[in-house]
Amino acid sequence: MPQNETITGLGLDEYKYGFVTEDQPVFKAVPGLSGDIVRQISHHKEEPEWMLDFRLKALDVYYSKPMPKWGGDLSKLEDTLDEIYFYLKPQDQMERSWDDVPQEIKDTFEKLGIPEAERKALAGVGAQYESEMVYHSLKEQWEEQGVIFESIEDGLAKHPELFRQYFSTVVPTHDNKFAALNSAVWSGGSFVYIPKGVKVEIPLQAYFRVNAERMGQFERTLIICEEGAEAHYIEGCTAPVYSTDSFHSGVIEIVVKKGARFRYTTIQNWSNNMYNLVTQRALVHEDAKMEWLDGNLGSKLTMKYPSCFLVGERAHGEILSIAYAGDGQHQDTGGKVIHAAPHTTSQITSKSISKGLGRSSYRGLCKVYDGAEGAKSNVECDALLLDEQSRTDTYPYIEIDENTASIGHEATVSKVGDEQLFYLMSRGLDEAEAMAMIVRGFIEPVARELPLEYAIELNRLIELEMEGSVG
Amino acid sequence: MSEPLLSIRGLRAKVEGEDAEILRGVDLDLQRGEVHALMGPNGSGKSTLAKVIAGHPAYEVTAGEILFEGEDVLELEPDERSRAGIFLAFQYPAEIPGVSIANFLRTAVNSRLDEGEEMDVFGFQRTLAEKMEMLKMDPGFATRYVNDGFSGGEKKRNEILQMAVLRPALGVLDETDSGLDIDALKVVARGVNRLSEADEALGVLLITHYKRILNYIQPDIVHVMMAGRIAESGGASLADKLEAEGYDWLQQTAAV
Ligand SMILES: Nc1ncnc2c1ncn2[C@@H]1O[C@H](COP(=O)(O)OP(=O)(O)O)[C@@H](O)[C@H]1O
Ligand SMILES: [Mg+2]
Repeated sequence: MPQNETITGLGLDEYKYGFVTEDQPVFKAVPGLSGDIVRQISHHKEEPEWMLDFRLKALDVYYSKPMPKWGGDLSKLEDTLDEIYFYLKPQDQMERSWDDVPQEIKDTFEKLGIPEAERKALAGVGAQYESEMVYHSLKEQWEEQGVIFESIEDGLAKHPELFRQYFSTVVPTHDNKFAALNSAVWSGGSFVYIPKGVKVEIPLQAYFRVNAERMGQFERTLIICEEGAEAHYIEGCTAPVYSTDSFHSGVIEIVVKKGARFRYTTIQNWSNNMYNLVTQRALVHEDAKMEWLDGNLGSKLTMKYPSCFLVGERAHGEILSIAYAGDGQHQDTGGKVIHAAPHTTSQITSKSISKGLGRSSYRGLCKVYDGAEGAKSNVECDALLLDEQSRTDTYPYIEIDENTASIGHEATVSKVGDEQLFYLMSRGLDEAEAMAMIVRGFIEPVARELPLEYAIELNRLIELEMEGSVG
Repeated sequence: MSEPLLSIRGLRAKVEGEDAEILRGVDLDLQRGEVHALMGPNGSGKSTLAKVIAGHPAYEVTAGEILFEGEDVLELEPDERSRAGIFLAFQYPAEIPGVSIANFLRTAVNSRLDEGEEMDVFGFQRTLAEKMEMLKMDPGFATRYVNDGFSGGEKKRNEILQMAVLRPALGVLDETDSGLDIDALKVVARGVNRLSEADEALGVLLITHYKRILNYIQPDIVHVMMAGRIAESGGASLADKLEAEGYDWLQQTAAV
């Protein structure tokens, strides 16, 4: 039964999805990390031998890498990692029909509005609860055309060759400490395959939710978009409020083949004690186009830099992100574009809003390799400060080894101005409405790119976060 | 109801936290249906008066009162004053990127409705289109972001558009004429005149330091502001005298 259901009227930085559902997991590992835990995870998932080897090697890599010293404050993370559960399997098997999903989990998803979204005939819906996907479906129409949208576990079990061909090729284990950690203990996430030339017109949608206290979430998503194919994948994440810190470290790998287009949209709304360190990367081939649309709300610390590796001629990468840092939150976000082929182009647009003691930083890398003739990249970052205390920084890293490349970088910082507020109020809007309107205007360039219900949700979440921000 | 629409008595104001007074005892009565011109040299306090009437938080009123329809408005927030019927057309309107004019005005119209009252969306759209046509504005203008990248003239027109849609009882127009070429000036002046015709009780306080606009909008009374006070008031002919002789002859009155 749900507790803490009354969540209205708490004011400042209230967390909308802060309800808890009593869980009765089938299997819960002991807290902390060890080779045994990794073996248990692999055993429970009935994985092939190579995957267990892969995981154990990754664990060694994880141990061998130091904590990053840049980005946000990770000094307390080691303690957190000793305390959290690395794996929790919520129920025996994956459900196909919504009716078969246990009531508690249904309650949770009802609150998140998933069934409604499903009823709206999205192309496919996958819902992950704790570590694994509990519910998943794909419209027949797409299934018939060979589209695969499965939990990552089923992807491995049902399509072993395809899986092995691409798994960990975009984000190798040794890429960074948290990619290594994810490689060791990954659980849940999606496996998506769009066959050559297939254009999936409506979004594939996944939801993640961390419910148990001190739970670590390590989803792994692998997406292959074949030549000339097109698709849009949307993912939403939430977690309830607990007093102890939690940890989320996903790895998303995407391969966008020649002439294909892929868009990956995430709106993440974590509770304020969540460390959120995610590696998202796409390999973009000739004439292909990749777009990351990334919304980050909540969390204690988010470090997230969606990347595009532009490896084929005329490949195009876009990263559009919006971050909201409320009191006590640090959003260290941005993007990476690597130009490794001629005439590749990229655009990074990063928008952040900081309130109170919230801090947002833009961190971006633009690298152009020698030989990437005529590469073009443009970076735009805009920060909006809601009051005197909030802060923002930018850390743009630019490495150019090709002299025909052209790179633009533009950064602006604005404070919600008294003149703007007065102007709107002089037309009859009260202060909160005026503030919300300025913020909505600020995120408009991102919101307009989202499907309508997500745009509305993004605005609503931000307004909820802003509640009580005017005095 | 014979009380003036706007009655200002002994108004003194300064920038919050500073010593120097900008308004040093302003008295002004404006009756329903009247058009008053407020002239005066740069820096004499005209815009400050306009913003104090609208409730700008940067200014502190140290003495005096502002009665609007007989009610003291000094304790009201700017939005409350707006909903009560006071409108300020800004000399320098703020830019609100990402917010379209239509969306902004819809929200402003909505803010005037009582709780539970539904807005007539089609009615709103019709009104907006009509007013834009009156001001010779391209229909696509409504989708542009409020004042974002507007030319000086577009900003001024946008202010009058808002006034036309919000239909206040009092319009304070702060240098709406400056930066307009003669054609644009005529369009804007005709717009204001149409609003006066449509609402005979509409009061207008027209701030300007050029006589030019007064050729198109006939004032009932002309005031001259000097160093934070109304130094002289008179009929429309006062504007001619100011144009011919400048403000020097008033310096003495102001020094009192
Ligand atoms: N917000 C402010 N901060 C500091 N000084 C101000 C402010 N507003 C007005 N003033 C000063 O008050 C005087 C009158 O300004 P203003 O009302 O803009 O005059 P006008 O509109 O008649 O040209 C000027 O000296 C101006 O510098
Ligand atoms: Mg002025």
